[in-house]
Amino acid sequence: MNFMASKQPENFLLGPESDSQRTLYPYVTGTSVVALKYKDGILMAADMGGSYGSTLRYKNVERMKPIGKHSLLGASGEISDFQEILRYLDDLILYDNMWDDGNSLGPKEVHNYLTRLMYNRRNKFNPLWNSLVLGGVKKGEKYLGTVSMIGVNFEDNHVATGFGNHLARPILRQEWHENLSFEDGVKLLEKCMRVLLYRDRSAINKLQIAKITEEGVTISQPYSLKTYWEFSAFANPAQGAVGTW
Amino acid sequence: MFRNQYDTDVTTWSPAGRLFQVEYAMEAVKQGSAAIGLRSKTHIVLGCVNKANSELSSHQKKIFKVDDHIGVAIAGLTADGRVLSRYMRNECINYSFTYESPLPVGRLVVQLADKAQVCTQRSWKRPYGVGLLVAGLDESGAHLYYNCPSGNYFEYQAFAIGSRSQAAKTYLERRFENFADSSRDDLVKDALMAIRETLQGETLKSSICTVAVVGVGESFHILDQETVQQMINAFDIVGEQEGPAAEPDAAAGQEAAVDQGGSTGEGAAPMDI
Repeated sequence: MNFMASKQPENFLLGPESDSQRTLYPYVTGTSVVALKYKDGILMAADMGGSYGSTLRYKNVERMKPIGKHSLLGASGEISDFQEILRYLDDLILYDNMWDDGNSLGPKEVHNYLTRLMYNRRNKFNPLWNSLVLGGVKKGEKYLGTVSMIGVNFEDNHVATGFGNHLARPILRQEWHENLSFEDGVKLLEKCMRVLLYRDRSAINKLQIAKITEEGVTISQPYSLKTYWEFSAFANPAQGAVGTW
Repeated sequence: MFRNQYDTDVTTWSPAGRLFQVEYAMEAVKQGSAAIGLRSKTHIVLGCVNKANSELSSHQKKIFKVDDHIGVAIAGLTADGRVLSRYMRNECINYSFTYESPLPVGRLVVQLADKAQVCTQRSWKRPYGVGLLVAGLDESGAHLYYNCPSGNYFEYQAFAIGSRSQAAKTYLERRFENFADSSRDDLVKDALMAIRETLQGETLKSSICTVAVVGVGESFHILDQETVQQMINAFDIVGEQEGPAAEPDAAAGQEAAVDQGGSTGEGAAPMDI
């Protein structure tokens, strides 16, 4: 008997070779996504930044993509995991289309599929490190939901990921109402994105706004928000409190 | 149907391009007791004749709920029917779990047909000996399908399978153009009339038939005996004869043999009732 034989753990994940099998931390990440329901459908906004730790390394990352005929997916978190999710959804929509019958997967179905996906990965201690926002319109019904990397999912009239939860949602809770016009919806989203730009250090001033209605998806060209840094409080921050910055 | 040298194996073709084992499986469907289905734009009604082996036994279940929006009536080997119903229930519940949405009946029917086809192309299997009338709702409305042991499926406005189904089919053929706009209750009435056609003069009672309904805003459910009896009484069709005089069955040979045993279907194989 070989007393020097290495002890094989019963569960592969507990041994030394296990860690290459599971996600430990994200590398290239996107920051908040904010979305709301408006009169004709869903409006979603996300900036185009991909951070590598604290470096704002990539500035042309599209974090919102159309899914099938009826849905729009926005993601924050690990960009490579978002791309993996897009591949899964690509297969899903492909098989759905191959049936070639009058049925198609709507936003509710895609949202639940994503929930199952995220939750199952979480249970294997190998999560897809994303917070997802799924919006869409099918047969006049508007749908907006979110799924986190641990599988927490819910629907609401307005959702946000990451910092957006803390900075954007309070604004939305105050100012969102049913049947917003397109212009008002965009103004509201821009207000949220501006606050995020001021206060979230991983935000960049290059964003896209996407809209989905019964007719389809439109994702705007990238543009930037006007910012104002000459607030008097910023001019002499130490005035009221010595030592502050 | 006669015995010939090409019918031993399901994977053997005859020189005429037929698979006899598959055709024999379809015979088993014709020997089972009748099942009928009809649909309007918003509702589908399934009905079947239940005959118990003897007064002491209960009758076999021939209508199964597959999901809130799908139900199935079978004719033929009920054991095969039960197994396929379990498969259908499984598919529906898995789809519901993943997508929180009901499985479109058109897709379920294709999966069922593909499953049946496999059994026509494996030498170690045999075809399922059961015909299924699948009733369900879809994005595009109410649907009624017939799944065959051959792996074929067809969509119908109304259909009947099993023994003496030709009588029901004749009745349905006369009326089907009106079904699309029928009310739910009229549809049930037509179903009961069609069932009565297959009884060949025997009194229609709720104890010998089962009726189930599914529709927009109405989950699939089997109507209880009192409701069915009330409908039978209300339509005043008990004991009436309305043209079952002819026996215009396409497969006249088998039907005649079954009829000799009276309307209790004694001529049918024991496992079919």
